Amino acid sequence: MDFKGSETIPGPRTEDQLPQTAEAAAKIVIVGGFGVGKTTMVGSVSEIKPLTTEETMTQAGVGVDDNFGSASKTATTVAMDFGRIKITEQLVLYLFGTPGQERFWFLWNGLFEGALGAVVLVDTRRLEVSFDVMGRLEERGVPFVVAVNTFPDAPRYPFADLRTALDLSDDVPIMDCDVRRRASSRDVLITLMRFLHSLAMTGSRT
Amino acid sequence: MTPPQRQRRSPQEDPPPQPAQDKKEDERPNPERLYVVAGADGNRADLDLVTLIVARVEDPPHSATPEHAALLRLCAAPLSVAELSAYLSLPFGVVTVLLTDMLAAELVQARAPIVRKALPDRSLLEAVMHGLQRL
Ligand SMILES: Nc1nc2c(ncn2[C@@H]2O[C@H](COP(=O)(O)OP(=O)(O)OP(=O)(O)O)[C@@H](O)[C@H]2O)c(=O)[nH]1
Ligand SMILES: [Mg+2]
Repeated sequence: MDFKGSETIPGPRTEDQLPQTAEAAAKIVIVGGFGVGKTTMVGSVSEIKPLTTEETMTQAGVGVDDNFGSASKTATTVAMDFGRIKITEQLVLYLFGTPGQERFWFLWNGLFEGALGAVVLVDTRRLEVSFDVMGRLEERGVPFVVAVNTFPDAPRYPFADLRTALDLSDDVPIMDCDVRRRASSRDVLITLMRFLHSLAMTGSRT
Repeated sequence: MTPPQRQRRSPQEDPPPQPAQDKKEDERPNPERLYVVAGADGNRADLDLVTLIVARVEDPPHSATPEHAALLRLCAAPLSVAELSAYLSLPFGVVTVLLTDMLAAELVQARAPIVRKALPDRSLLEAVMHGLQRL
């Protein structure tokens, strides 16, 4: 690893620095299959330029992207992009656009266990690419809302049909969104917060 | 046109098993991480992606490595472990090892994240909702 000494490393721009009063941060995960718009959503709603954190796995733990022909053990980098919203002078919210493949999740300690909730993005042209991740969230008891990222050439289904197809219980919110638009992405996050709030009101488990 | 059909799953009491894998080498619980910079995996501080790290001193001690010095400079204002990893272009695991040293040496302070609880904190959720509405 080529480490260049502290002077050359750019940190956050001055206007992106958090106040000293920032006490704690919470996180939300944005999930969904390949290419459903996770990165776009993180970028549209983040107040800072989205960043990427990586984790490195050696070949044995990877199972994809085999890079044969290299003499040494190949390391594969799994990247996750994220953004940030300052909620108050004390509280910060982070949004993680999480790789669809569950085998990568454990790389980041507590990524799902600690998340307040999740946004599941679906693309109606390929609904099934988001099925697995929804099941994983259910198994882990992570509450989620479903946002239908409406690509122009995608088939439109009535929400009732989608709810049936996705086997969602009646209380799980489902809505349309255009992840390229900040207001639309923000509304999805607000819907998630309302949903979490309603779970708190009814006292149901997470 | 009929969309494909999913089947809901139920919560599991125990953490779900590692994803099904058929190769022998995958039997170890975690893949090796790279410790080129950080050395062996000792007792690592329990740091979340969104644990906020804040410097407690202005200048790095003489013993500080370039990585420690860079971290210290970055977290003059609070910054999450995820951001530190991003700005340093170092894997999350490496950064947590570096920070473990720095916490022990009292060079930085860690502010614990807010995590999901069985009974969510309503006032927190309301604060987040209001914050989002201002976006
Ligand atoms: N027309 C249209 N295009 C979109 C929309 N959302 C995303 N895209 C495009 O779809 C492509 C995939 O979006 P990404 O945000 O990269 O999706 P992702 O889920 O992060 O993809 P992976 O990380 O590769 O799994 C990009 O080229 C986006 O510009 C949308 O709402 N409408
Ligand atoms: Mg992406």
